[in-house]
Amino acid sequence: MFEAIAFYLFAFLTISMFYITVTTSQALYALTALAAGMIFISAFFFILGADFLGAIQIVVYSGAVMALYAFGMMFFDTTRDVKEKSGNKYIVSGLSILAAILVVVIFAAPMVSTNITANYPIVEGIGNTQEVGMVLFTKYLIPFEVAAVMLLVAMIAGIVLAGKKMDLSLTLMSGEEIQHAMEEQNKKVLV
Amino acid sequence: MEIGLNHYLVLSTILFAIGLVGVMRRKNLLLLFFATEILLNSVNIAFAAISHYYGDLTGQMFAFFVIAIAASEVAVGLGLLIVWHKRHGKIDLDQMSTMKG
Repeated sequence: MFEAIAFYLFAFLTISMFYITVTTSQALYALTALAAGMIFISAFFFILGADFLGAIQIVVYSGAVMALYAFGMMFFDTTRDVKEKSGNKYIVSGLSILAAILVVVIFAAPMVSTNITANYPIVEGIGNTQEVGMVLFTKYLIPFEVAAVMLLVAMIAGIVLAGKKMDLSLTLMSGEEIQHAMEEQNKKVLV
Repeated sequence: MEIGLNHYLVLSTILFAIGLVGVMRRKNLLLLFFATEILLNSVNIAFAAISHYYGDLTGQMFAFFVIAIAASEVAVGLGLLIVWHKRHGKIDLDQMSTMKG
């Protein structure tokens, strides 16, 4: 009973928040509505017994990703209204409905066949975090390491792209060149 | 009133449709990224629900990897967006037609 109430409440909240995100003309409203929707989605993970996933959702999405977007929005002019694409509405809605039906088919296809057995069954009696750790560090160790390398690459790419003066390398320059560069910088600051 | 797997799948489908509408309607690239996050999150809900109702942890594992990919996508995407904004001053999709494709 409580599960049903929680499900419908959070479903309503999530859908309304994401609807605001895709329809509002203010970028800041979209950002805050998206952050709220991410928090509400973590509630579904807690209802479903995936506690660790819910915590990760809050930490990574509403913590890291939203903070990154907030920093990124400082670079852009977010005060002006967002212009919308003025395309054919029938094509857009038709494609959306088609894609949604496609998703249902994709997810419902395994359920039609009844001979599905769990590959890594959930063991009763131990916490979700422990189960996740056991499966992640045995069966999914290689993908886990590859994901770590991918995050490192993404971090370096983000720093290089958004950082200033990344074309200069202090380790490869000689002492005189560094001195020269610093003097030029001081001139710029003084002028 | 029992909440079953179908409830969660219908919810994730609705969210996916909202995200798709956002991807197709938006002209601003930053808001396009927001819509992409909605798409990834709706798929995560479906993964977690299937993982719960079939008693299998594989769904949760895939949700973790989806979250990792989303985080790196945001980092690289925002970096590229900042570089583009520095050069051209605007991040509208229609003005990114230098290749005339």
